[in-house]
Amino acid sequence: MSSAIEHPPQREANSTGDGNSPLSASDSSVGNATYEPTSDPACSSGYDTSYNTTYNYKVVRQFAIMTVVWGIVGMCVGLTLAAQLVWPQLNLDLPWTSFGRLRPLHTNLVIFAFGGCALFATSYYVVQRTCRVRLISDRLAAFTFWGYQAVILCALVSLPLGYTEIKEYAELEWPIDILLAVVWITYGVVFLGTIRARKTSHIYVANWFFAAFILTVAVLHIVNSAALPVTSTYSISVYAGAVDAMVQWWYGHNAVGFFLTAGFLGMMYYFVPKQAGRPVYSYRLSIVHFWALIMVYMWAGPHHLHYTALPTWAQSLGMVMSIILLAPSWGGMINGMMTLSGAWHKLRTDPTLRFLVVALSFYGMSTFEGPMMAVKTVNALSHYTDWTIGHVHSGALGWVAMITIGSLYHLIPRLYGHTEMYSVKLVSVHFWLATVGTVLYIAAMWVNGILQGLMWRAFNADGTLMYTFVETIEASVPGYAVRMLGGLCWVVGMVVMAVNVYKTARPVTDSRRLMPQTA
Amino acid sequence: MDIGTFRGVITAILLIAFVGLVIWAYSGRRRQSFDEAARLPFDDEPTAQPRPEDHQDKGDKAL
Repeated sequence: MSSAIEHPPQREANSTGDGNSPLSASDSSVGNATYEPTSDPACSSGYDTSYNTTYNYKVVRQFAIMTVVWGIVGMCVGLTLAAQLVWPQLNLDLPWTSFGRLRPLHTNLVIFAFGGCALFATSYYVVQRTCRVRLISDRLAAFTFWGYQAVILCALVSLPLGYTEIKEYAELEWPIDILLAVVWITYGVVFLGTIRARKTSHIYVANWFFAAFILTVAVLHIVNSAALPVTSTYSISVYAGAVDAMVQWWYGHNAVGFFLTAGFLGMMYYFVPKQAGRPVYSYRLSIVHFWALIMVYMWAGPHHLHYTALPTWAQSLGMVMSIILLAPSWGGMINGMMTLSGAWHKLRTDPTLRFLVVALSFYGMSTFEGPMMAVKTVNALSHYTDWTIGHVHSGALGWVAMITIGSLYHLIPRLYGHTEMYSVKLVSVHFWLATVGTVLYIAAMWVNGILQGLMWRAFNADGTLMYTFVETIEASVPGYAVRMLGGLCWVVGMVVMAVNVYKTARPVTDSRRLMPQTA
Repeated sequence: MDIGTFRGVITAILLIAFVGLVIWAYSGRRRQSFDEAARLPFDDEPTAQPRPEDHQDKGDKAL
């Protein structure tokens, strides 16, 4: 199908019937004025196939659907973990279902499976539409889809079995790492090649963010995963000691910066203007936003290693750069928000836009919270407590998942030839479930985090600790229960979304189908 | 040049490059070009290269 960009679809050859007028690939696209939609075998499946010939929507559809699937799976694992913290017996005393093995499975599924598929889907969609050209290779695009799903399935099997490189957010063992590297480089080739083949003079700002995300994640993944294989399922990092920790958090922090921020900002810069029906508030600000974010993010990683063996100067540098990072983050947030000026009334009727705007609000909030927590004195209280988990989830649920879901609610109907989701009411239901779920989650974790931080640093007059560790856990249980409730709201919301997506994507039956206009 | 000086020079270059970028982005000359770029997401409807049938069934899909 790689030649389908210019090639006439099958239906046109059929409609000409006799076959003695071989259509050349280049001129046939103008020779089908007598094309009859209802005689089209592909169209009878209910899909609007005219899109297929222009853009590669197949791979976008595949990734979009898998985003919903992996979102449900990943959040169910998260909900299980939340329940285990309330009722520890739920680990069933089995190694495969223990917290330590399911936790990396949860992070891999929600970040890389759910978030990753969303980024693939939206980046492939946005780059084609804003460059006005089909993806350069359908075959390579299909390889990125199947290859990426294979990586996720490997993670789904190997992590519960206990195969891990024990690097946070980079747990997968070396053979899977190599597969992922190959898939990712292919992704870069397809994406950047498509930008190169563009029919527009500008590269729209969303594509800058997507490109930065793809390139940086390739570098981060390959450098951080460098390891010496011992057996096919066991390897040792090539870095040692504090250097290993520094490389790990250079990776970890920039995975947040470029995977969970730059990539999703790419989504924001396309889908917010699109859904609001107005161009981005300030294009020049978006350019400054891009370069400021790229230049500053790289240096903030050491804030994950405050009060460790990392040199003090590196910790302080990480803290200062984290505070500076507030400026580009809020620049982008304001740019997204102000895009709605003059269109705020749309929020009343459009739950998709509400998802996008609330995502920006959470982005603003968590990018304020992050620099604050990077200040060493605040970090002394917050580090290793549930506050960190709350911060991560205000970013992951409030920003990443909300912007993803808002984008999908814009994207999915268009991929299947509709203007709107099957049920706007269900989108609204999902919006409230997601918002309430996020608020419950982060509020519970704030309370727990500050409680734990204060209890851990409380001393008796004679200098002994006032509380044992287990007392702080007992005190945390109510918060864990509220967090589980928040997670449950999210899982239910995702199931509501899946129903809505199924109804939207399912082939239109004859009774529902719009008849072609005969006039 | 020792490594410390080298790093200092790199930092200075990046800082100057960034200030230059801001001045470039906010110069009046770029306005029209940026306005054009900002409209890119809206110029892509409904298909990239319109073909005859697009006009024929535009009302059908109302995108």
